[in-house]
Amino acid sequence: MAGVVLEKLVKTFDRTEAVCGIDLDIADAEFVVLVGPSGCGKSTTLRMIAGLEEVTSGAVYIGGALVNDVPPKDRDIAMVFQNYALYPHMSVYENMSFGLRLRKYPKAEIRRRVAAAAEILSMTDLLDRKPRQLSGGQRQRVAMGRAIVRDPQVFLFDEPLSNLDAQLRAQMRTEIKKLHQKLRTTTVYVTHDQIEAMTLADRVVVMKDGVIEQVGTPHELYHHPKTRFVAGFIGAPAMNFIACRLARNGDNLEIRLADSLTLAMPTDRAARYEAHAERDLVLGLRPEHITEGGPGNGGGSGAALPVTLDVVEPLGRETMVYFTLAGTELCGRVSAETAARAGDSLTLSADMTHMHLIDPDTGAVL
Amino acid sequence: MAGGGASEVFFKGASQRRDRRWALVASYACLTVFVIFFLFPPYYMLVTSLKTNAEIAALNTNPWIIEQGMTGAHYVHLLTETAFLTFFKNTVIVTVCVVAITMVVSVLAAYALSRLKFWGSGLLATGIFLTYLVPDSLLFIPLFKIVGALGLLNSYWSLVLVYPTLTVPFCTWIMIGYFASIPRELDEAALIDGANHMQMLLKVFIPVALPGLIAATIFAFTVSWAAFIYPMAYLYSTDQLVLTVGTVTTLIRGDVFHWGGLMAGALLAAAPPVILYAFLMDYYIAGLTSGATKG
Repeated sequence: MAGVVLEKLVKTFDRTEAVCGIDLDIADAEFVVLVGPSGCGKSTTLRMIAGLEEVTSGAVYIGGALVNDVPPKDRDIAMVFQNYALYPHMSVYENMSFGLRLRKYPKAEIRRRVAAAAEILSMTDLLDRKPRQLSGGQRQRVAMGRAIVRDPQVFLFDEPLSNLDAQLRAQMRTEIKKLHQKLRTTTVYVTHDQIEAMTLADRVVVMKDGVIEQVGTPHELYHHPKTRFVAGFIGAPAMNFIACRLARNGDNLEIRLADSLTLAMPTDRAARYEAHAERDLVLGLRPEHITEGGPGNGGGSGAALPVTLDVVEPLGRETMVYFTLAGTELCGRVSAETAARAGDSLTLSADMTHMHLIDPDTGAVL
Repeated sequence: MAGGGASEVFFKGASQRRDRRWALVASYACLTVFVIFFLFPPYYMLVTSLKTNAEIAALNTNPWIIEQGMTGAHYVHLLTETAFLTFFKNTVIVTVCVVAITMVVSVLAAYALSRLKFWGSGLLATGIFLTYLVPDSLLFIPLFKIVGALGLLNSYWSLVLVYPTLTVPFCTWIMIGYFASIPRELDEAALIDGANHMQMLLKVFIPVALPGLIAATIFAFTVSWAAFIYPMAYLYSTDQLVLTVGTVTTLIRGDVFHWGGLMAGALLAAAPPVILYAFLMDYYIAGLTSGATKG
């Protein structure tokens, strides 16, 4: 096993830069997820690690060795593709053993490894089937088996679950996580689905327009996003953003929304934002921090928000409510037992201890 | 209201069944016409080849049926008194060589043109197809000079040299089409699995594109089995002739047509392609690639 290091990695197609000089240090046995909207360069980065795309400039190291000019087969990696890429004319056994057979492993060793991988993926009884006789989830498992038998230094996953339905995706997600816990192979995983990123990763790399926005544990990204993009991308439903003004009120600071609604600033935050006083900023607040007011509802140091509900979305465990405040559509979360209906007026409570303030010019979270 | 809805559904179902029956009747009617139209020539060949010369020449008999007794004399004459078996042997040699050369060249060319993105590969692919558009009735004259210069006139090896000019471009194009339909992830998976280009071609591309390979083989086989102009132009001695030209030159003497022998010869010559088609059609199954990727 080995770590992967990317150094000032650049990829240019014709004249457009797909990856603009990224630096990333992936530790041995770590599970790193590259996430971002389509076209952000995450797949290109993965393909450069795999050796399927030439590096325009910069360097890729696997296990300490520079591999820029090493062909994919000599990089000791295995890759799982979005659409499985199984050999249609080969049985599951032949698919999984193809790489070992090309590398001239002894027959007994091949049989042992395939059997072991099939055992891990619980598909021992499928080994004689052809890919077309398998369901989507089974095909993806064969693709994973093909990666496992090689016992490579690094696993690369390119959106492996995007073609599966929601239920199967959740199930396979758990299987991939279990697999990593068992094998401890360094894994680089690309997805556009932030839930996959959050649930699987030791560390998440959020990318946008060919650059890394932020690298961190799922917890860090969720609670301490560095940019507006990360704040909005991670978490569902997405964080609310409201234009506001950071104003002075005597010794303390307060946040004024457009229609002269004022929210008090928690005192422990004041020092941090002092430098930005009297500026127009953007307030970021997650839906779960806009809840029903009153005691026992976890309102905390809640600031009261009188609202009229536009839409009520019961989700079973909780109910999401949508309303318009200061000209912006916002989302809040109330208990599932709520009697609120669309059109009702309600006072919600904003938990300002979890607020973020964002510089509208740079997009940086202050 | 509910009852009305149910009967509406019932009538709709009945009318769909009626539509389907009419569609079937119409299809069978059309198919019957086509089958009769296309099977008539072989039937006429068979009937004529089994008639006596006297019956073939008689003007007052029904040409569609055998009235004066069947005879195998034309077949016996063809196989024993003429060089038909030599023609057959020559044709088999030429066809086997041409099919082999064509498939090797066009599969390699198609792989290179569809997957190794080199400078000018698109232009080259179009150029190859354009050469196919030049008809053989135009090409045989300049090719005569070339064949002559190589000392291959009146040798069936000239055909082995010349036929690929017809078959390679077309087969290359068929194979480019089939290779292009193979998802690129399959190459990449094979590349990561450790395959080089030759292994990728032999172990992944050819098996996956087998229907295309068979289509191309059938085409190359048909062209070299049935070609007429080239052997007509380049071959003249009996030991070098192939079936198409040999049968005709042997059995048409001046203005005398040996119809029975001609029909017997045509029928025997047509047998190998028919058998090959029947055999390969079983393998000519579409959808072999299903399951490789999300369908």
